[in-house]
Order: sequence, then structure tokens, then C-alpha cells
Amino acid sequence: MKVMLVPPKQKAVFTYSIVRNLRTFWMFYVMMLPGIVLLLINNYIPMSGIIIAFKTINYQEGILGSPWTGLKNFEYLFASKDSYIIIRNTLLYNSLFIVLNIVFPLAFALMLNEMKNRFLSKLHQTIMFLPYFLSMIVISYLVYGFMSDERGYFNGTLLPALGLEPVRWYFTKEVWPIILPIINTWKNMGYYTVVYMAAIIGIDEEFYEAATIDGANKWQQMKKITIPLIMPVITIMTLLQIGRIFNADFGLFFQVPRESGALFPVTNVIDTYVYRTFLTVGDIGLSSAAGLFQSVVGFVLVFISNWVVRRFNRENALF
Amino acid sequence: MANIMSKSVSGSQSKNQLSGRASALINIFFVIYSALCILPLLLIVSVSFSDEQSVMTHGYRFLPENFNLAAYRFLIKDIDQIVHSYGISITVTVIGTILSVIVIAMYAYPISRSHFPQAKFFTFFVFLTMLISGGLVPWYLVYVQMLDLRNTLWSLIMPLIMSAFWVLIMRTFFKETVPEAVLESAKIDGAGELRIFIRIVLPLSLPVLATVALFQTLTYWNDWFLSLVFISDNHNISVQYFLYKMMVNIQYLSSNPNAMAEITRAGGMVNFPSETVRMAMVVVGVGPIVFAYPFFQKYFIKGLTVGSVKG
Repeated sequence: MKVMLVPPKQKAVFTYSIVRNLRTFWMFYVMMLPGIVLLLINNYIPMSGIIIAFKTINYQEGILGSPWTGLKNFEYLFASKDSYIIIRNTLLYNSLFIVLNIVFPLAFALMLNEMKNRFLSKLHQTIMFLPYFLSMIVISYLVYGFMSDERGYFNGTLLPALGLEPVRWYFTKEVWPIILPIINTWKNMGYYTVVYMAAIIGIDEEFYEAATIDGANKWQQMKKITIPLIMPVITIMTLLQIGRIFNADFGLFFQVPRESGALFPVTNVIDTYVYRTFLTVGDIGLSSAAGLFQSVVGFVLVFISNWVVRRFNRENALF
Repeated sequence: MANIMSKSVSGSQSKNQLSGRASALINIFFVIYSALCILPLLLIVSVSFSDEQSVMTHGYRFLPENFNLAAYRFLIKDIDQIVHSYGISITVTVIGTILSVIVIAMYAYPISRSHFPQAKFFTFFVFLTMLISGGLVPWYLVYVQMLDLRNTLWSLIMPLIMSAFWVLIMRTFFKETVPEAVLESAKIDGAGELRIFIRIVLPLSLPVLATVALFQTLTYWNDWFLSLVFISDNHNISVQYFLYKMMVNIQYLSSNPNAMAEITRAGGMVNFPSETVRMAMVVVGVGPIVFAYPFFQKYFIKGLTVGSVKG
């Protein structure tokens, strides 16, 4: 019976089905039109622009008319020692950020969840969320307030009080690999803590009641119930970040170190490199080569990490 | 019997709580951490209320020395620029957020309908943009060379209207929350798709619409990257970009004649209270967010759990 209801496979002309589709769903297409146009402008037309990386652009002849140069831009890129530095910085910082964005917010969420006073717990969550709402410009001012050479709180008050010599923070590259992760964690703490809190609150209370009756202590409950049950959320949050491991937080690396050249060895990442070589130096070929390299590797990484997760647990995979 | 049961249950609950000491430690820990979230802002506020001279000699302090309002008095003289920048930021944020919610909802609805044969294709069409990008250079060239939008407000609005992430969230919400049966019966009653969308789907989806609106408001208000890339003249300077320019060069504040006259009266650049004015400007720029966020943070949190990206 059911088979009868399905129309027999039509051998009708292809255009016929298009016309029928348009006639039934024309309103859907009209509704999606603005979105489609914006996706084309913001994403798809630029994607076709990756040919720029294989050309020597000169403005007289335009992008299409400019001569092809093969992989020359990439050769320049990888011959420079910048390429090593920016790739290393991007990967190391982002890997560290991913770990910190799991460990600390998760610990915070677990602790907040144990807080008996609901009002205090909410209050702390609200305050912790504050940095997430500040722009990187404002954060760079806050950091400057502490670390400015002459008048910053560290050099002006804290270090003298401890009997230490002032440090020229914006010229001391050794401290930034510590400072930047702290700022990143501090800014995102509220967001990730809330995500993990929501997952923890969603766990059925009965699990804990049963565990308590069986004599499990808090630590055991956390290890055997809470963490395993919110694993899907942890995986998805991590996967989303691994997919972007080649994309640095431009604001953090551009604004917060205030473009201090002395810090470039530890603050230059792919995104800031692309920005500077393109809009400050004006080298289109080099910057688009770096940009394309970033996209391709990022794309591959998303697929690999998703594939790995799929192998362990299909449910947790992103797609 | 019932009495014993309830006793044992309440007994187990009290057993399943942290010891007094552990919970005191947790409380202390969070008080300290919360302080760390507020103190940096407090430092800025304190400097903005300080006397320039004492800031120069003693550096930034958490409590203002020689409390004075000179910095704010100076900013009031320079109010035109501040009002103008606020105007730009508000315009971009309001227009951007409204367009964003409309465009995202109108894209998300068709791809949420199971009877639409192209739903899969258009879902992939938007999902792909989360995975691949053409990079900064071609994107910049599209806006500057093809569309010629440099220095316009549109260059600050258009790039952020469409967001693949929110399209997918909204699609999931439509799928799960709006009952297919209701839509079918409306259709049988002769309502067109647009009518169904406006009269039935949108009213049922207020939570997700509010969430997207909130996140987009924040994105637009805090954006400075688009200004950095596209704005090269002195007209369309948003609050964030103004703060950026002032960070790079404090004299940017005095690029308008009003402020310049004020500086001259104060005895030239040497006596100009640059440190305190700079921080006062940060306070003016960040004020609205700090006061507004506790109120909408609740919806923000709801939004984080409103739907999943999975699809």
C-alpha cells in the first residue's frame, strides 16, 4: 500500500521538476535570498579568490589578468623565518588555550555546583561573565593599566612594594607566553563555565542519590558520574576549538601586546601576520598564501579530529 | 514507615554535601576570583577620577588620590566626538542586529522544513562556510574593490549579518519546537509559507530570536576589526575604534578643534591630562556594557543551551 502512495519514479524532463520545485517552494527561495547573497559575498566569492595566492597581482591588469606564478608565493612564505614562528605560536598558544579552557572552567563549574548558597553561586557566575562582554580594546587598556612602563600598577606600586626592580613589560618577551594564556582564560572563563554548568545541572539527581546510598564520596561521584555524563559537551566544545586551532584570536594577539615589535617573536600569529603583510606592508601574494595555507590546514584538522571522535563515539562527533 | 523513609532520604542528602571546611574554601576561592574580574576595571575607574599630577608621580592606584573630575570635565568639552561615536556604534548595532535576526531566521526556516527537497543542500551551503574560508585578502578585495564599501557604515554591518552558527542553532530550534502538524494544518487552511512563518513560527520562536539578537548586539557593539580594516577616514569612528585610535595615539582625542582649544588653554600638550582623560574615555566607552550585561546575562545563558549545533 505504502509503495502505491509514492509517485512512480518519473522519467519526465529534468526542467519539469525544476519548474515544479520552483512553483511549490518559490517563497522559500525568496526568503533565503538575502542570506544566500550574503554568503556569496562574505564566503563563496572570497573562496574563489584563493587563486590570488598563485599569482603576482598587479592592479593594472586586475586579479584575473595578472600572471600566474605557481607556488612562488608559498616558497617565499616558507623560506622566511616568520613562517616557522607564526605557525609555532599559533599552534602552541591555541593548544594551550584548549587545555586551559577545559580544565579551569570545568573545575569552576564543579565547584560552583557544590555551592550551597544559590544566590552567591549566581552572583559569582554573573561577575565571572563580565570579562566576556568586554571588547579586546578595553581589555588591552586593562592590561595596560597594570603593565605600562612608568605608571602601571605592577611597576608603580606592586614591584617596589616587594622590593623588586621594575620590568619593561612591553619589551620583555619572556613573560608574554604566560600573560596571554591568563588573559584568554580570564576572558572566556564565564562563558565556558556556564556551558559546563548547564550540562552538569542537566544530570539526573537520581544518579547521585544512588551513588550516595552505595557510599560513593564526592570525588568518586565526580569521576564516575559527572565527568562521564558531560563528556559529550566537553568533546563538542573541544572539537569546535580544535577546528579553529589554526585561527588565532586576532584581538588578543594584536591589541593586547600593543603591536610592540620587541614582542613579535612570541605574539606574532598567522592572523596578525596576514593582516600586517597585507594591510601594513601591502604584500598581497605573501599574505594570501599564508591565508590559504591557514584555511587548508584548518579544514583538514576539522575533518581529522571529527573522524577521530567518530571512531570512538559516533554520537559525540560534530558531523 | 513513611517517616523512616523520609528520614533516610534526608539523611542521605545531608551526607551528600561537602564538609564545612571544603565549602568555606570554595566560597573564599570564588570571592577572590570574582575580585580579580572586577579589579582591573576598578583600576581604570580610579585613574579616571584621579588628579593627573598624582597619577604622573605615583602611577595608577586602586583608590583615586586627590579625587577630581578634571578628566570628565575635559571629555564634556569634547562631547561632540563622543556623541558622534556613540551614534555610529548605536546605528551599526541596531541596524545590524535587526537585519541579522531577520536574515538568519528567513534562511533557517526553509532548511528546517523536512518537505523542502533542497533543505539538505542549503544546510550544507551554510555549514561549509564554518569549515572553509577564503582568507582575509580576497574577502577584503570583495568589499573594497568589487563593492566599493570602504569607509561606509555598510562595511561595518554587512560582514556580520549572516552567521552560520546561528543559522544552524535556529534551524534546530524550529525543527524541535515548532510542531510539523500545526504547520501542515495551517497550510491546508490555505496559509502561504510566508504567512505561516510570520504568524506561527516566529511567535513560537521568541526565545531563540532573543538569543540571536543579544549575541549579535554584543558582536556589533564590540567590533573594532571591521573598522580597523575598512575605515580610513575620520567620519565613521565607532566607540570601540575611537578607543583603539586613542590607545595608539592619545592626540587623536584632540584632533577636533574644540578639544584642541581646550588643550591650548590648559597650557599645551604638556599640561594636558592625557592619562586620566584616556581612562575616563574607557569608562565612558565601557559603561553601557557593564551596566547592561547583568540584566541580559540571564538570557545569554539560556541562549547557550537553546539548541545544539549538531545537524
